[in-house]
Amino acid sequence: MIARLLSHDLPRNRWLAAALLLIVVGLAVAPFAFPGSKALGVAAKMLVFILLVASYDLLLGYTGIVSFAHTMFFGLGAYGVAIASTQMGAGWPAVALGLAAALAVSLALALVIGLFSLRVKAIFFAMITLAVAAAFQTLASQLSDFTGGEDGLTFKNPEWLSPAFEYGRLLSYYLLFVAVLVLFLLLLRIVNSPFGRVLQAIRENDFRAEAIGFRTVVYRTLSNVLSAGFACIAGALLALWLRYTGPDTTLSFEVMLDILLIVVIGGMGTMYGAVVGAVLFVFAQNYLQDGLKLAAGALDGVPVLSALLTPDRWLLWLGVLFVLSVYHFPTGVVGRLRALRQKAAR
Amino acid sequence: MKLGAFDWRPLILLVGLMLLALPLVGAPSTWLTLTVAGLAMGLIVFVIASGLTLVFGLMDVLNFGHGVFIAMGAFVATSVMGGMGAWVASPSLLLNLGAIFAAMLAAMAVAGGIGWAFERVIVRPVYGQHLKQILITMGGMIVGEEVIKVIWGPLQIPLPLPEALRGSFVFGDTAIEKYRVLAVIIGLLVFGALLWTLNRTKVGLLVRAGVQDREMVESLGYRIRRLFVGVFVTGSALAGLGGVMWGLYQQSVTPQIGAQVNVLIFIVIIIGGLGSTLGCFVGALLVGLMANYTGFLAPKVALFSNIGLMVAVLLWRPQGLYPVTNR
Repeated sequence: MIARLLSHDLPRNRWLAAALLLIVVGLAVAPFAFPGSKALGVAAKMLVFILLVASYDLLLGYTGIVSFAHTMFFGLGAYGVAIASTQMGAGWPAVALGLAAALAVSLALALVIGLFSLRVKAIFFAMITLAVAAAFQTLASQLSDFTGGEDGLTFKNPEWLSPAFEYGRLLSYYLLFVAVLVLFLLLLRIVNSPFGRVLQAIRENDFRAEAIGFRTVVYRTLSNVLSAGFACIAGALLALWLRYTGPDTTLSFEVMLDILLIVVIGGMGTMYGAVVGAVLFVFAQNYLQDGLKLAAGALDGVPVLSALLTPDRWLLWLGVLFVLSVYHFPTGVVGRLRALRQKAAR
Repeated sequence: MKLGAFDWRPLILLVGLMLLALPLVGAPSTWLTLTVAGLAMGLIVFVIASGLTLVFGLMDVLNFGHGVFIAMGAFVATSVMGGMGAWVASPSLLLNLGAIFAAMLAAMAVAGGIGWAFERVIVRPVYGQHLKQILITMGGMIVGEEVIKVIWGPLQIPLPLPEALRGSFVFGDTAIEKYRVLAVIIGLLVFGALLWTLNRTKVGLLVRAGVQDREMVESLGYRIRRLFVGVFVTGSALAGLGGVMWGLYQQSVTPQIGAQVNVLIFIVIIIGGLGSTLGCFVGALLVGLMANYTGFLAPKVALFSNIGLMVAVLLWRPQGLYPVTNR
């Protein structure tokens, strides 16, 4: 039963399985186990990032394409819901229409970008997506009548999810939880399907994959379109949770870097890496900074060290970790754990 | 380039763009101002991007961390010019230029040094693996940006122009900012020096040969890796120089400057054809002119003019204006 749910792609390591179980249970009981709005906000952000990073893993980890436009699709979903809710008034029709429109735009855009630039080298695609994402970000801030510009949009949720309703926050949280769980299992199904195998073949050797008879352009483009769709839904979920959409939370380059960091540190091409990575990252982002503050306070007198350890510089250490993980364990935390088991079995 | 007919069409496109803008802008004096501004911006972008495209052409390494050298150069300039306050503030052009050149030299030295370390630590282990290269150089950029924030702080720092370079030359109705003239001169000098080195010296010959066919050069007994380190360091130093020029152009620097300019230079080298120096030059000028013309004619559109230009060029020549053979 569980094996079927996980598409027979089991964690394959006791510690990893335990960690995943802990994460799932922890997130499932978060509203009751960790009271307070900050803790719940962190848990919700973890959920959104799990989906967002998993969808990126489909592209980077499984297909071997680097895209810098993932936040664009994330932002499209978030803005779709936000714009529809402000223009049409709060309600389920607005959410549905906004999400549908955002999905349509995302898929079409991903298709065009893919067909346009995936024919050539991976590097070319990376550059094109970087440029397109930058252009989209300026577009969003320029159309301020529509998108709220730099300030973003604050809007009302459908009644059931609004904080005015007694269980509104709880319902919103569980909506996120269920949606992310289902979509993650779907992603797991996709990467373990024959289609997913072809993607991995393309990642390993695109020339050979083409020679066997797979149209690599078609598969790469499909992978791009699929991952854009999932990112778009993740964006819509974030918007529903925050009741706010702005360039900083969705479109900024910082978010893109966060995604990259998570997917690499968690483990590329594993899907579970997205879960472990996103949870660790969001946790660190929200709580590790307090730890760094302590460390910096303890080293207050030392000139260089205290500057290096201020909470604002935590990205520095994450960047170093990122570089090291690309070299030394490209399969990330998850790959490391799995390798442990193989060594033990030998 | 001597072989076969020289491909004039991209240059005709460049001139065509200028001529097309004339009736659209209307007044010739305004047009001249815009054109000089566009050329200045284009040449600064060229200085920044030339190293990137050479490195790619020679070693098939695309450095997503190129922006770090730009930012580093700009920030070193703020320190140097801040330290030479008396020279900067004096009305004498000579002292002003002295301060700027000192800042540029320092920036080039620092950026070059960092480039050397960057190649050694970050890029060397991942030759031939594109995916890892993109990730790792991006990681290098994150770290570099944070280091800049540690040293200079996370806020925007003003980088004012020296006294004698403020204001404009006025000829009749035409006003041309003095600094832009200086930028054009420096840009053209760099372009000339690059062309001379690439076409008239032995090192340049080896670099060009390496871009064409790396294995052949190696089999003739030249250590292309050592050559490449040289090119990487030079490219980084040029990015540092470009960073100073860009910072003075904007009159302020932020730690995010590298990431911002990165987008621009990627567009330029895609337009020019990955690995081509001449293509990079023409592409940079096209981007600079386009940005200034559209900025005047339709400011809202200006932000997307570069993307539009890139799409148009790629539809015409999918490999860029001057495609490098064998790729």
